[in-house]
Amino acid sequence: MNASLRSGLLRLAPQIAALAVILALCAAIAPGFFDISFANGRLYGSLIDILNRGAPTALLAIGMTLVIATKGIDLSVGAVMAICGATAAALITSGYGLPATLALTLATGIVCGLWNGALVAFLGIQPIIATLILMVAGRGIAQLITEGVILTFNDQGLIFVGSGILFGVPMPVVLWILIALAVGLAVRFSALGMLIEAVGVNRRAAYLSGVGTAGLLLAVYALSGFCAAIAGTIAAADIRGADANNAGLWLELDAILAVVIGGNSLLGGRFSIVGSLVGAMIIQSINTGILLSGYPPEFNLVIKAVIIVAILVLQSPTSRAFLAFAWRKRSSASQEAAGQQPAPGRQAS
Amino acid sequence: MAAERALLEARGLSKYFHGVTALDGVDFDLHAGEIHGLLGENGAGKSTLIKVLTGAYRRDDGRVSLDGAPIDPRDVMDAQSLGIGTVYQEVNLLPNLTVAENLFLGREPKRFGLVDSRAINKRSREILEGYGLSIDVSALLSTYSVAVRQIVAIARAVDISGKVLILDEPTASLDAAEVDRLFAILSDLKARGLGIIFITHFFDQVYRICDRVTVLRNGRLVGSRPLESLKRIELVSMMLGRELESAESGDHGRASEVRGEVVAAFKKVGKKGRIAPFDIEVRRGEVLGIAGLLGSGRTESAELMFGIHEPDTGAIEIDGAKTSLGSPRDAIRKGFGFCPEDRKQDGIIDDLSVRENIALALQARRGWAKPLSRREQDALADRYIEALDIRTSDREKPIKFLSGGNQQKVILARWLATDPRFLILDEPTRGIDVGAHAEIIRLIEELCAEGMALAVISSELEELVAYATRVRILADRQHVAELEGEDVSANGIMRAIAAAEGDNTGEARS
Repeated sequence: MNASLRSGLLRLAPQIAALAVILALCAAIAPGFFDISFANGRLYGSLIDILNRGAPTALLAIGMTLVIATKGIDLSVGAVMAICGATAAALITSGYGLPATLALTLATGIVCGLWNGALVAFLGIQPIIATLILMVAGRGIAQLITEGVILTFNDQGLIFVGSGILFGVPMPVVLWILIALAVGLAVRFSALGMLIEAVGVNRRAAYLSGVGTAGLLLAVYALSGFCAAIAGTIAAADIRGADANNAGLWLELDAILAVVIGGNSLLGGRFSIVGSLVGAMIIQSINTGILLSGYPPEFNLVIKAVIIVAILVLQSPTSRAFLAFAWRKRSSASQEAAGQQPAPGRQAS
Repeated sequence: MAAERALLEARGLSKYFHGVTALDGVDFDLHAGEIHGLLGENGAGKSTLIKVLTGAYRRDDGRVSLDGAPIDPRDVMDAQSLGIGTVYQEVNLLPNLTVAENLFLGREPKRFGLVDSRAINKRSREILEGYGLSIDVSALLSTYSVAVRQIVAIARAVDISGKVLILDEPTASLDAAEVDRLFAILSDLKARGLGIIFITHFFDQVYRICDRVTVLRNGRLVGSRPLESLKRIELVSMMLGRELESAESGDHGRASEVRGEVVAAFKKVGKKGRIAPFDIEVRRGEVLGIAGLLGSGRTESAELMFGIHEPDTGAIEIDGAKTSLGSPRDAIRKGFGFCPEDRKQDGIIDDLSVRENIALALQARRGWAKPLSRREQDALADRYIEALDIRTSDREKPIKFLSGGNQQKVILARWLATDPRFLILDEPTRGIDVGAHAEIIRLIEELCAEGMALAVISSELEELVAYATRVRILADRQHVAELEGEDVSANGIMRAIAAAEGDNTGEARS
């Protein structure tokens, strides 16, 4: 276990290093970046803010990691966030209790995921197309639920679940860390992780070996929908209302990016949820850092793109090979230099 | 004709891929006005030979001459301009262009720098009328049947090249009438003096249209013979690589007096379009061999027996109780295992480790909620790595880095770990090195002696004879005979295959 933990950390070294560099840059721009204080019964500080603001992306990235591990992709998660936020707002404002609202909201997310999973598993539709359907239709469904307005609510329970403070920690942070732990432990302490990887690497061979490929695909897309439902609830609670047009907008792309930055292959197979979460935190650190830097906001997306390109280039196998080559060349050059130095000495003697 | 100089002459052609010999010193002659059949099982080197001749691959050794002049086509375009045109099984045309555009693609007559579509339509109509085809050439190719596309492809190849026409399994998706039409066109082209190379695995078509056949096996030339004097059984023996005259070894000797109880019985099980209904009983301690030429329905039979496809007729009994197999998962739960023919596509999970590949089927059967602990997986992997002598530096190595023979052993280990009662092996020794080959055969014999029921599909006749108790003969997607006891011999199997292929021709002709 210790050895596997160490090898896991080693594998994630580039991601962790990238996160450290970005945090250091942030600290250079904004003095007091690492300060964390406790006031009014909660933690304050830029780091807490990153953990908090990064919650939706982190949650989506958990589900997305497993979907991508099966050689799939889920483009619908942003729209599912909107649907689920709208569902939660509609239910709570029409008098349902908090438990019923939460249960139905989560169920809605799971149903959305099952729809995607069924298209992929039973109809054999390519995941990118299958989930594009709900990505496009989802915002329409959310608008139907909110009847075209931003559906505001003032239920303290729902607001607490999505944006309250528990033991000094913001609820979004508690939620994504708990779910990451639950999913991470579930896939590694059951056989799910290995079976998901097998499906992702070679679905047909896995099927012929008796793996229940259809069930697994349904399960990972359902989990992705479930994570999107929680992210949607957080997004709604944050503004105390359901915005069908903007809730979770483009977040599916951030989630995919988090998974990729986390070192997971879009071709499926081996996956690391921790990697994806580090990826999500890298993305949020960049967002927060840019805000703190005080650059005009129109620079934000471009700067973000530049940083992400830099990270991906550093991670790519080609550049790794190049770096390794350059390293060898330099060390052999220095050896040569070291070898040449004694030569004149010998001549002299 | 023999005195006449060959149109296309190849001597000592060799081609290697990463140290694997795909073609080994093959000679090939094609005369003008000849239809020349090229035969061989999968992996015999037919397509490599064609690709070398057409410039898709550069040859590593040997020489080729066309009309007596040495040629060395750099690529397919080069070969085309020299006079060698090819039509592949999946027609290499563009369905979203018109028939005429397809005929003149890349060589359109221009007028003021623009494609002169009136001219190409007119020329196209003339060309196709030469093939007895009067269709609207300005319609999209996709609106026509495969047979028409095939003719368009041939017309294009002949129009561009005009000396040698290579047809790679052109009849695979045609019905009888379309085949007749195609053959009429081929006879016509032959009369015009073209040399035609015709690749197929349908015996009756070879005998109908070809003047000569060349047979390849394992990348080597087996022989090139005029068809008039070649008996069917001789052709079968050329393809399967065994001399008819050689002494009968008689070492099949698996005494069948003590028959184990029936593990599974398949009664009139069949699926339309894949395999005609068949009966099979498999017994403990028995190896059922399954023999037949390529495309005879061997793999299709195995797929029904393992639940990969559900039969639409017949019944399955396991231990005397009626049951059904809806999926491989179902079959595995009933104690079945299946080593597929295409190891890369259907067998290995290439990025996962040897350990995970071995544990996969057992883990899948236990279900995701009952994981094998890491220690159990390690023990399982170590046990089989030792028992089957799997050559790997350690059990965590991704399986894609192992050699073919060792990958095959890992797949076998995957099934043995599930302790199956009935194991189906589809070409278990294809494409693996000699050492692993012998070990796998020994393993089959051991498993059988331990009381497992096995069904083994193989085109290696000696191999089947060595371990099979009974041999089922397949031809043309039907189970045609079963050999048992003394009859299980390489000669017996070949005779049965030749007889069956002959029968089919008889029917087709009548």
